Amino acid sequence: MTSHLHQTGEVLLALTAAPLAAPLFTGWIAQCRAWMQNRSAPPLMQPYRMLRKLFQKEVALATDASPLFRVTPYVLFGTMVLAAAIIPSVATGLPFAQVADAIALIGLFATARMFMALAAMDVGTAFGTLGARREMMVGFLAEPALLMVLFNTFLLSGSTALPRLVETYRAHPSLIEPSLLFAAVAFLMVLLAENARIPIDNPATHLELTMIHEAMLLEYSARHLALMEWAASLKLFNYACIGFALFLPWGIATRTTSNGLGLVIAVAALAGKLIVAGAVLAVIETLSAKLRIFRAPEFLATAFILAVLGLLVHLLLGGQA
Amino acid sequence: MAHSSHLLAQLLDLFAAGLLLLSFAMLSERRTQRLVTLFAWQGAVLFASTLLVAYSAALREVYYSAALTLVLKVIVLPWILLRLIRRLGAEWDSELLVNIPVTMLLGLGLVIFAFGLAQPISTLATTITRNTLGIALAVILLAFLMMITRRKAITQVVGFLAMENGLFFAATSATYGMPMVIELGIALDVLVGMLILGVFFFQIREQFDSLDLQHMETLKED
Repeated sequence: MTSHLHQTGEVLLALTAAPLAAPLFTGWIAQCRAWMQNRSAPPLMQPYRMLRKLFQKEVALATDASPLFRVTPYVLFGTMVLAAAIIPSVATGLPFAQVADAIALIGLFATARMFMALAAMDVGTAFGTLGARREMMVGFLAEPALLMVLFNTFLLSGSTALPRLVETYRAHPSLIEPSLLFAAVAFLMVLLAENARIPIDNPATHLELTMIHEAMLLEYSARHLALMEWAASLKLFNYACIGFALFLPWGIATRTTSNGLGLVIAVAALAGKLIVAGAVLAVIETLSAKLRIFRAPEFLATAFILAVLGLLVHLLLGGQA
Repeated sequence: MAHSSHLLAQLLDLFAAGLLLLSFAMLSERRTQRLVTLFAWQGAVLFASTLLVAYSAALREVYYSAALTLVLKVIVLPWILLRLIRRLGAEWDSELLVNIPVTMLLGLGLVIFAFGLAQPISTLATTITRNTLGIALAVILLAFLMMITRRKAITQVVGFLAMENGLFFAATSATYGMPMVIELGIALDVLVGMLILGVFFFQIREQFDSLDLQHMETLKED
């Protein structure tokens, strides 16, 4: 009975912790960006305030909106929460990780993307369709690159499950794997593209000709918009956590260290990694200019080729390890 | 001891992978100025890996060549190149003959070719760096590719220098470096070559009002 309760508690924790923490990460990146650009920074809690404000407003729906349009924010938020529960960001003994591996994770992201694109096309405005098409283009280029990055890491751990991967790393802490260098660069490029960050899309823009992500949200208001925004920041958080699990798995509590102290260390490590990652993302976004949309395939093809190179390097150098 | 040498070998593999990564970054870079910065980074990684080889083999000569790498390829050559670029006003342009994804795919093919070529050789070698020979070959071939796919004189020179980087890396990874005399000779050659090419740049521009080497194809009168 107590173990049953314990398990329920674990599930609840896994489902709520990430959504609560994700806007903080977004706020931190916005703050870093503002500092880098000599603007006065918005407070760290700004995303929460915006969510609260949006949740209190009244929903305005387009007259042509179908049920799909109304369901999408909940689907999107739900898939992102589920994804967060699969990714071993704090501990590897996750309740959901047994049933879903990293490929299922990509499937979840693809589901979210599909619903979002369909909803954007649903109302029939020009901008929504434009944004949806661009999003699908970026998505179909980014997905194979992400898969290749994951294959790099699957080769090391011999399993497609993310927790197994983290445990393999933790078992051999001195292992330096050159192929991961390529995979990490490719992953960073995919992260920027998938989360509408600057070389591909600008999250702060509302300029018609350049926006991708924002164009799909134009018709949403109030709690729907809040859920969409929340899902977007959760997606960024998820990607960051996948990156940590793949390339910087230090501090994540494994089965053996999954007691009180181990978890405290894991949470502290995660917070530290998120702070650094947010600052790094802000620096990248400040230093680079937005690419023309026609350069996006080039950017993502580079990511794909780097990931394939990682596989090759693993085959050449990985023999003796 | 066995453990530390294992770690050293892994670190060397990491540096080798870094060199290859930088080669690809150079291949996909459009701007001349950033290309030179990447070249300097490649020199820095080369310096680090040479230092590591020197440490693991305990050879004084290799330390010297590492120092030479640092001075020449990280500081002097990029500095000369950047100054030249600024005086020629060629910071931005770099005309590509083939678009970047195709170039990258070609590069990928070259890497596979180089790895296949190096596999039988590296099984014969006895140095701890034997696995990196394939990467050194790939770096050389990628630099070749960069020279082929660019039009402008400066980017071709950067490709040439990157090729020299690859050769140097091949030498250190296959045989713990060349004899000191040869190495000094090559370093001097590269430096003097760079200076002469610098003069050439101005001559080319004066003749054709551009650094585009395609103009040189129509030199003969008809």
